Amino acid sequence: MTRKPVHFYQVGSFAVGNRLLDDENRTVQSNPNRTNSIDSGHRACQGCGEVLGARYALDAAMRASNGQLVAVNATGCLEVFSTPYPETSWRIAWLHSLFGNAPAVATGVAAAMRVKGKSEVRVVAQAGDGGTVDIGFGCLSGMFERNDDVLFICYDNQGYMNTGVQRSAATPPAARTATTVTAGPEPGNVFGQGKDLPRIAMAHDIPYVATATVADLHDLEQKVERAMEIHGARYLHVLVPCPLGWGSASDETIHIARLAKETGLFPVFEAEHGKVTGVSPIRRRTPVEEYLKLQRRYAHLFGPTPRPDIVARLQEIADENIARYGLVTNDTEDSVSTEVTA
Amino acid sequence: METPFAITLDAGTSRANHTGSWRIERPLYVDRLPPCNNACPAGEDIQGWLYEAESGNYEAAWRKLVAVNPFPSIMGRICFHPCETACNRVQVDDAVGINAVERFLGDLAIEHGWALPATALDTGKRILVVGAGPAGLSATYHLRRLGHQVRLVDSAEQLGGMMRYGIPAYRLPRATLDAEIARVVGVGVEVVVGHVVHDIEAERRAGKFDAVFLAVGAQIGRRVDIPAGDSSKVIDAVSFLHQVAAGDPPLLGRRVAVYGGGDTALDAARTARRLGATDAVIIYRRNRERMPAHGEELEQALGEGVTMRWLSTVDRFEDGRLVLETMRLSDQGFPEPTGEYEELDADSLLLALGQDTDLSLLNGAHDVVVNDGVVEVQSTMMTNVDGVFAGGDAVPADRTATVAVGHGKRAARGIDAYVMGTALESAPKHELATFEKLNTWYYSEAPRTQRPELERIRRQTNFEEVVGGLTEENALFEARRCLSCGNCFECDNCFGVCPDNAVIKLGDGQRYQFDFDFCKGCGICVKECPCGAITMVPERT
Repeated sequence: MTRKPVHFYQVGSFAVGNRLLDDENRTVQSNPNRTNSIDSGHRACQGCGEVLGARYALDAAMRASNGQLVAVNATGCLEVFSTPYPETSWRIAWLHSLFGNAPAVATGVAAAMRVKGKSEVRVVAQAGDGGTVDIGFGCLSGMFERNDDVLFICYDNQGYMNTGVQRSAATPPAARTATTVTAGPEPGNVFGQGKDLPRIAMAHDIPYVATATVADLHDLEQKVERAMEIHGARYLHVLVPCPLGWGSASDETIHIARLAKETGLFPVFEAEHGKVTGVSPIRRRTPVEEYLKLQRRYAHLFGPTPRPDIVARLQEIADENIARYGLVTNDTEDSVSTEVTA
Repeated sequence: METPFAITLDAGTSRANHTGSWRIERPLYVDRLPPCNNACPAGEDIQGWLYEAESGNYEAAWRKLVAVNPFPSIMGRICFHPCETACNRVQVDDAVGINAVERFLGDLAIEHGWALPATALDTGKRILVVGAGPAGLSATYHLRRLGHQVRLVDSAEQLGGMMRYGIPAYRLPRATLDAEIARVVGVGVEVVVGHVVHDIEAERRAGKFDAVFLAVGAQIGRRVDIPAGDSSKVIDAVSFLHQVAAGDPPLLGRRVAVYGGGDTALDAARTARRLGATDAVIIYRRNRERMPAHGEELEQALGEGVTMRWLSTVDRFEDGRLVLETMRLSDQGFPEPTGEYEELDADSLLLALGQDTDLSLLNGAHDVVVNDGVVEVQSTMMTNVDGVFAGGDAVPADRTATVAVGHGKRAARGIDAYVMGTALESAPKHELATFEKLNTWYYSEAPRTQRPELERIRRQTNFEEVVGGLTEENALFEARRCLSCGNCFECDNCFGVCPDNAVIKLGDGQRYQFDFDFCKGCGICVKECPCGAITMVPERT
């Protein structure tokens, strides 16, 4: 990642903007003239992470493409809450077809634009984790394999939230969903299954793969910008906490996304042509409990019959991520107890 | 228009759907009280002027400062900055160097000749201010700003009180002191120096003053009875410092002992070193932890070669030899004698054992209540005699210049209300912006800038200023370390993190407002506000 050092200490480069920063060091989101790709009045739940992720990513893509952008949307929360007939929240060219075929439709849009000679028009396809890792997976893998000129963005809220919180192949181990109940010796979702889609995408050797969260806006926007500089198949995987499905307070959305990264459970990195080229190191290392305890989908690990053994297995996953991606650096603070929540 | 089954809205934008109706709590922008402001004895809006300084608007910052305290250059040198002790940034890395930035602004104002704000229209009221130290000068300034006429009298030949006659020049250069005092006098004050007030009531009647402010300080060094031979030189530290400041230093010899543990003791010892004493020893009956002097000054004194005799009292002083008794601390921390003695060669002994107030001018005002050597006052700084106000070291409080400046301002407001016959209204205090209300994730680590210190060796022989100032670059850096606790500094976080685009950015300096048509009340903006300037309140039903 090429990040310019900002000589500004009051908020460093972590806040959205600042009156004292040059425009070029502010985020797209700090600009009052941002696209607001998805408009007010949408029916996403209070504190929805997905709508935030979508606005962040698409506004950045709109800036990068000078507004010449077509977005293709799979079925999912994002489609359902934004377009109940006859309303739409989309202020960009937007297309919805089926749950499973968004990558193929995007391929088609890109082909059509090429045929029409509109080389300036860029194509983004987006889906939730269900539409990406399960239902749309075949089309997506094909799109990667053909290296079609599409940026595919997955907003990962780790389950089928819109239909009532069912398990997807992105649901983490031990999490409770409607289909992974908290009964038996191994309550919640099983260990050892599920798909790590960023790594699967990397295995296709496509030009660009990255992960991001809604907790680091600067990082997310830079990755969209980088992706838009490249032609060919690109994949961006954004972690978007879901207050409804995760059982978290609506005001904790960004905090939880931050903890997912700071614990190591969600590694934030980018890769080009199958090789990791940069990671976002952990700034304040945090044990997984702090992340888990804020979510009712993990309440069975801490209740009257706590399961420290399962928590330990989740910590192992985090530690493996930290080792695999080198997430702990000399600058990492071991602030197990100093993480301050406002 | 006919709409299909179950559809009640025309085709179009989702903005027709006012999701604000989902809300049960609403966010509210607030201004909380930053801990620095809360701790400032002079009542400065520190966060407010740092906000201006952060933007490089130094004159605006200075104007906010002098609206409260007319002496930023002086305060930036001698204030013991309780603001920095209270600073929330202590819990992130290190306190913001507020004092250094204040000095930078003050010096810049002197350099550019910025003028104090104009005074209000003349009210025709006449106020007598007795004592031209920090309290008296501050009261004078604020009274003039309110449009009252002021006669300022002082017994010394020059204005400044303890700022001139108590604080050595290496801590407060006289050019700085003179410049800031001249600026206050320049707003139109009748000054009478070298005048001792013997009877306050008579003087008030003769001059037809509507009110009086007593700021006579605590100028008398306390003495204790120490058996001393005829040849032994014993003087009190306050007189010693006064004589040095007046250009008439007494001869102390090469080995000087100072008895006491307060700031005056350190000032006296450091001054003695500069006058040529090879040994300057401070004798104090308790230990370092229990010393009332401020730590920073102790460090500087030790760096200049001043030495300490902890847990010792002076028993007697004869023939160039001090007899010290060793003390020990009881379980409650009180010093107890041990019966063990040691000796210390000394040519002179300076007593820095506290100061008393000369209240003989109250002889004609029998009703003023004096308790424990100081004057009792109400919250308006009025004594129990109508129209007689008091402040500074002459009333019960911490004896620092900053406290005195605060007294002067408070008294000016009290006097104004008294002479104008109005009720004194004080704005309700905002809730304190404690550290828990901040989201420190958004602040990056930035260590505090150190003020350059004159090389120690140079300090031992002259009265040049010891602590240097900040360059503009450093001052800006330091100001920008401010966390802006409890007060919006326009970081755009609320504007960026709202999932419903329900925050409206009003432009530079205008902050933000909520669009309650669409705000669902999720509270993310509250949680992600770095400085705790948003709160949630229950929705109106």
